[in-house]
Amino acid sequence: MAVKHSTYRTNFIIIVGSLLRALFLAWKHFKSAIHRKKVLNIDDPAYFKQAAGVVTTLYPYESIPVPDNGRYRLHNEMEDCIVCDLCAKVCPVDCIAIDPIKSTVEIGKTSDGSTRRIYAATFDIDMAKCCYCGLCTTVCPTESLTMTKAYDYSEFDIRNMVYHFADLSPEESVVKRKEWDEAQLAKQAAKATPAVEVKTESTVAEGEAPAKPKPFIPKAMPPKVAIPIKKTEGDAPAASTEDKTEEAPKPKPYIPKAMPPKVVIPVKKEEPSTTNTESSSTPDETPKPRAVPPKIKIPLPKKKDDEAEKGGTVE
Amino acid sequence: MFIWSFIITLVVILTYAIFVVYAERKAAAFVQDRLGPVEVGPKGLLQTVADLLKLLQKEDILPTYSDKILFRLAPWLIFTAIFWGFTALPWVPGLIGSNLPSGIFMIFAVVSLDVIGLFMVGWGANNKYALFGAVRSIAQIISYEIPLGLCLLAVVTFTGTLNLQEIAQQQAIDSTFHSYLFGIPGIDVSAWGGIFTWNVIRFPILLPVAVLFFITTLAECNRAPFDIPEAESELVAGFHTEYSGFRFGMLFLSEYAMMLLVAILLVFLFLGAWSSPLPNVAGVHLYDWTSGTTGHWSSYAWSIFWLGLKTVTVVFWQIMLRWTFPRLRVDQLMHLCWKLFLPLSMLLVLASAIWKWFLIF
Ligand code: SF4
Ligand code: SF4
Repeated sequence: MAVKHSTYRTNFIIIVGSLLRALFLAWKHFKSAIHRKKVLNIDDPAYFKQAAGVVTTLYPYESIPVPDNGRYRLHNEMEDCIVCDLCAKVCPVDCIAIDPIKSTVEIGKTSDGSTRRIYAATFDIDMAKCCYCGLCTTVCPTESLTMTKAYDYSEFDIRNMVYHFADLSPEESVVKRKEWDEAQLAKQAAKATPAVEVKTESTVAEGEAPAKPKPFIPKAMPPKVAIPIKKTEGDAPAASTEDKTEEAPKPKPYIPKAMPPKVVIPVKKEEPSTTNTESSSTPDETPKPRAVPPKIKIPLPKKKDDEAEKGGTVE
Repeated sequence: MFIWSFIITLVVILTYAIFVVYAERKAAAFVQDRLGPVEVGPKGLLQTVADLLKLLQKEDILPTYSDKILFRLAPWLIFTAIFWGFTALPWVPGLIGSNLPSGIFMIFAVVSLDVIGLFMVGWGANNKYALFGAVRSIAQIISYEIPLGLCLLAVVTFTGTLNLQEIAQQQAIDSTFHSYLFGIPGIDVSAWGGIFTWNVIRFPILLPVAVLFFITTLAECNRAPFDIPEAESELVAGFHTEYSGFRFGMLFLSEYAMMLLVAILLVFLFLGAWSSPLPNVAGVHLYDWTSGTTGHWSSYAWSIFWLGLKTVTVVFWQIMLRWTFPRLRVDQLMHLCWKLFLPLSMLLVLASAIWKWFLIF
């Protein structure tokens, strides 16, 4: 018999007993529904000690507290951003878009003492693409880019998921861009007159300079970022910088891949030095890590000796 | 009078459906440590009203390759069959739609029409899930009608009448029907009334019959743990898969109306109908205090109150069972019915007949 009816439990007492126990259990839960468990974070010592009760968290009205180091929505403190573009480069899903415009003057200092020289005409983070890996916040040299506790920011229109952090309005950015171009022109003109030797090179550069910089600024930024800083500090390599800007497009293609690992290490070195003593030497060092441009120098016959090491290191 | 009965029945069914769906969701939530609906109205009370409004605005989809006549007709047939069952229910003493001498028999005859409606649903929709659901449903309902009928027979053996009005009256205090304590001839408790004149107490063999009746009626209304006809995880929505909008609402309503019908029947047959459960014992006339004066409006009010309270309790346990037990497999269902309930109910009929024979002589 037992074998024949193996799929049916035939012991009446056991069946009825288990049915009644189940019903009693359901009734116990039903009864305890007059209590509600408090909304606690799991690290609260009382979390596991709560008696039975309804576990629902009525979300929009109450929520489980997020720890302070919650890693959710990104926030960029533009005051502290030096628009170094590291975050955009390291991002594995390319959700940060930066359109930098170099400033003719120093914009200000960040809270850790770095000098801000570049405006961000665009600084968009597409949170819909973001995978919350946090790499961008790790590489950010000034720690302006951080992840915040805010997590409830879903939108009906996916375009609203793009967060704009630009510190220039579109009108302002046109003005600033023009200022920079004019400054460049003026500089080249100034150079053209005194230095005869250099002239041969710079004239070539001059011819293309006015037209070119604009189109490739968005793409070509990485090299530029590093160089201008050097230039303003030491005037001598001015001519070379222009050449670099022109030639910048070439090295770019392989920057995205090659860059990230190299970027990370120098940043760490740089931070202590910038913040501490070497105010004058920092500019020289800062460019190095970020500077993709090194490659640029290889084609240049003349200035190679300055930055041969750099080129070597980067490549 | 039948007009009143009609109106009362309709209003009761509709309000009941609205609130029992809410109650069901709340009970399910509480059993599972959740909160259930909380947004619409105070404590979510109007949730079902909102759902109903939504349901009425839904598009009424008629599948292209369905049998249109059957598809359209079926919900009406099902609802009519179940509504018809309510006609023989006396709401309060004296108020009954159709005072038939064979009330219970009529109820179970017309409620069986439900099966034809279900088959029309499954066949007309031309959908494999609907057909599966309908076939299962029919197999289940037809099977379980047998032990159910035998349960009724056991009650009728004792009461000696098929008229629900009379069955109810017998369990009230002012009846000529003699009640003995726990069915033992000798101690006459007819004057006590209350719980002592309930069928299950004064004739204890009806207690297992009541349990059996409760379980088989669960199967009759396709409720868990016998809900294989609409097993969501297997058959989408079972026989009403293709239905939407108002027609779906009708099917839904019929199901809950059926639930109410069997709950009320259980109360009428076993739990003292509309009479108060409190007895007149030792000079304390609890029964009289909680029953009102016969023929006066107060007696109607008390009747409705007690009937409602008992019915709600039964419905509550119907709901609790749904959220406690897992669904039976098709073969287990049949096993339970044919190999367990059928012999058991036969024995019970026999036992109650013998007991009744002892009571009379
Ligand atoms: S968290 Fe990761 S994916 Fe998101 S923006 Fe930063 S680097 Fe990109
Ligand atoms: S890495 Fe930091 S400082 Fe550099 S551009 Fe991104 S946010 Fe600004």
